[in-house]
Amino acid sequence: MAHPDRELQDLSQPVPVTASAPSHRPPLSPSMAPLEPLRAIDLKSLEHSLRRPRTFVNAFLSVVVAGMTLLALIPLFSVLWMLIKRGVQRLSLEVLTQTPPAPLEQGGGFGNAILGTLVMVGLAALITVPVGVLTAVYLSQAADKDRLAHVVRFAAKVLTGFPSILAGVFAYGAVVLTLGGFSALAGALALSILMLPTIMLTSEDAIRMVPAKMREAATGMGATPTQTALWVLLPTAFPGIATGVMLALARAAGETAPLLFTALFSHYWIASHGHVELMQPTASLAVLIYNFAGVPYDNQLELAWAAALVLVLLVLVVNLLGQWLASRRVE
Amino acid sequence: MPPAVAARPASPQGLPGPNEGSGLARPPSGLQRISDRAFRGLCHGFAWMCALLVSYIILEIALKARPAVSSLGIDFITGTTWDPNEEKFSILPEIWGTLYTSLLALAIATTFGVAAALFLAEGFLGELMTKGLQRLGLNTPVWQRVPDASERILRNLIELLAAIPSVVYGLWGIFEVIPALRGPCAWLFEQFNWFALFSTPLSGPGVLPAVIVLAIMLLPTITALSRDALIAVPEKLRMAAYGMGATRWETILAVILPTAGRGMFGAVVIAFGRALGETMALAMLVGNANRISLSLFSPANTLAALLANSFPEAGPREVAVLMYAALVLLGITLIVNVLGSALLLRASRGSEGVR
Repeated sequence: MAHPDRELQDLSQPVPVTASAPSHRPPLSPSMAPLEPLRAIDLKSLEHSLRRPRTFVNAFLSVVVAGMTLLALIPLFSVLWMLIKRGVQRLSLEVLTQTPPAPLEQGGGFGNAILGTLVMVGLAALITVPVGVLTAVYLSQAADKDRLAHVVRFAAKVLTGFPSILAGVFAYGAVVLTLGGFSALAGALALSILMLPTIMLTSEDAIRMVPAKMREAATGMGATPTQTALWVLLPTAFPGIATGVMLALARAAGETAPLLFTALFSHYWIASHGHVELMQPTASLAVLIYNFAGVPYDNQLELAWAAALVLVLLVLVVNLLGQWLASRRVE
Repeated sequence: MPPAVAARPASPQGLPGPNEGSGLARPPSGLQRISDRAFRGLCHGFAWMCALLVSYIILEIALKARPAVSSLGIDFITGTTWDPNEEKFSILPEIWGTLYTSLLALAIATTFGVAAALFLAEGFLGELMTKGLQRLGLNTPVWQRVPDASERILRNLIELLAAIPSVVYGLWGIFEVIPALRGPCAWLFEQFNWFALFSTPLSGPGVLPAVIVLAIMLLPTITALSRDALIAVPEKLRMAAYGMGATRWETILAVILPTAGRGMFGAVVIAFGRALGETMALAMLVGNANRISLSLFSPANTLAALLANSFPEAGPREVAVLMYAALVLLGITLIVNVLGSALLLRASRGSEGVR
């Protein structure tokens, strides 16, 4: 091209469709002949108007996608609205501190179920956090071609998609059948299988995020790998690890299927006379909701909704706590 | 406690190491060496434990299922009766119900989930807000943060769908979805009962309410993973398409979706695995009826719901049978999940070359 500059300049202007050029533009010189084919474009078809099929399809699909996204959120608001409408009316201190009523009995509450959920989730965390975090330390230090590390990561991925009910089936086979009864311990074990992959994978990510120079500085100072891990890596990665633990706790607190036939249910407190009964059937919020949702008594149904509200609040608070910790992550 | 500084007793030249013997720098003490060995051994041991856990779970279920596997054999999977009194067990209706509900829910969840992922990943909301703010003349720094904030809120709202426990969805389904469906379903049954999908009336729990609730539970998974896949599409592909004069949707349909397609397919397969194993919402909504029917309004049963309902009261003989059913479920979900992970992995490797 002889005059690339001129050409560019002209292209940046709207090319007139009609022959009459705006007066402020320089008259077209004979050397502008290569521009001639541009006039052949039907410039009207580039007009931004909904009458044009291309523009219309574009706008239409945008509206469809926006509408579908909003539609997808309706269930969320419906669930939250029902929880507030039907859950709040029954919520009181009495409900939070009493034990579940028998059929046709009035009153009652689910204090023992709240305690049971907390005990089992806490017990599961006690099992899972050391195993998950230390495995993550191993994974983060492992060489790229470490076979074991690959196998562990693969196992964690398999467990991430593991149906929660199968964790219950496993705990039933391994604990309930062996020890001869439903127990809080079996429930906690089932929950810990579901928590393990989350804790392990998020901890590994968090430890890998620790800047390499910190690790190298520790090694350079002559720290043993253990000292590096305990006094440099884990404290620095703590917010990330805590976030993973929180997410896992929130998920475990809401799980029902693994508890149905491991912890079963109980109308009594897990601790009585200062003695915690880990080997007895134990109530949990989730199983209480499931059991009471299927009975035809209004009292139980109201309690199920109140318990659902408490459970959702519990899960959300733990989730938010985890996100808050994640936002405090050290860069 | 500061890490002990390990100085070599002497360098190869025989010169004394720096600060040798002083309190600041000394080789690790015997206790530190031992604790280092112990800690590393512990980490290694836990890693082995995690690696063996999956095989232990499979082995445990398989061993407990063995009596039933040897006595019932393949008939268990192909028969249609479940009668504990006559000791006749087979789970074809449950396998059918599991696949039928999962696939239907997956179809709904994919449609909406991919739409939501596009809406979130392609910056529709941010652009809309930016334009609106410009129209209103609000362009102070505080207002300029609104588009980003609104996109983040929307993303968190969709993720909130995943945070609600499935048993709460089940409760909501019983008291909200089923009553809401009664009217339309009765009308569909009256008008179109010659059509296989609507061939029975809805009498409370059934396939359709279960599918709707299941789809809601799958949506956040599909949206989050598809959004990741869409965001991973290199920016220059998008810019090239715009530069060629493509409209936004021509770019999405012809360039972005095909590029992100593999990752999104992986997302759908992962969600399918979730759907197969989802228990509570189905146990509460699907109706627990041992039948094979195409009808959306007929009650049905799934493998997971069968396990949830039958395990608590199962006798020793039935436990073995249920373990067999669990083994079948385990096999199906393992295959689907490994396939999905492999697809996601290949997708993330595939887009590296473009970048």
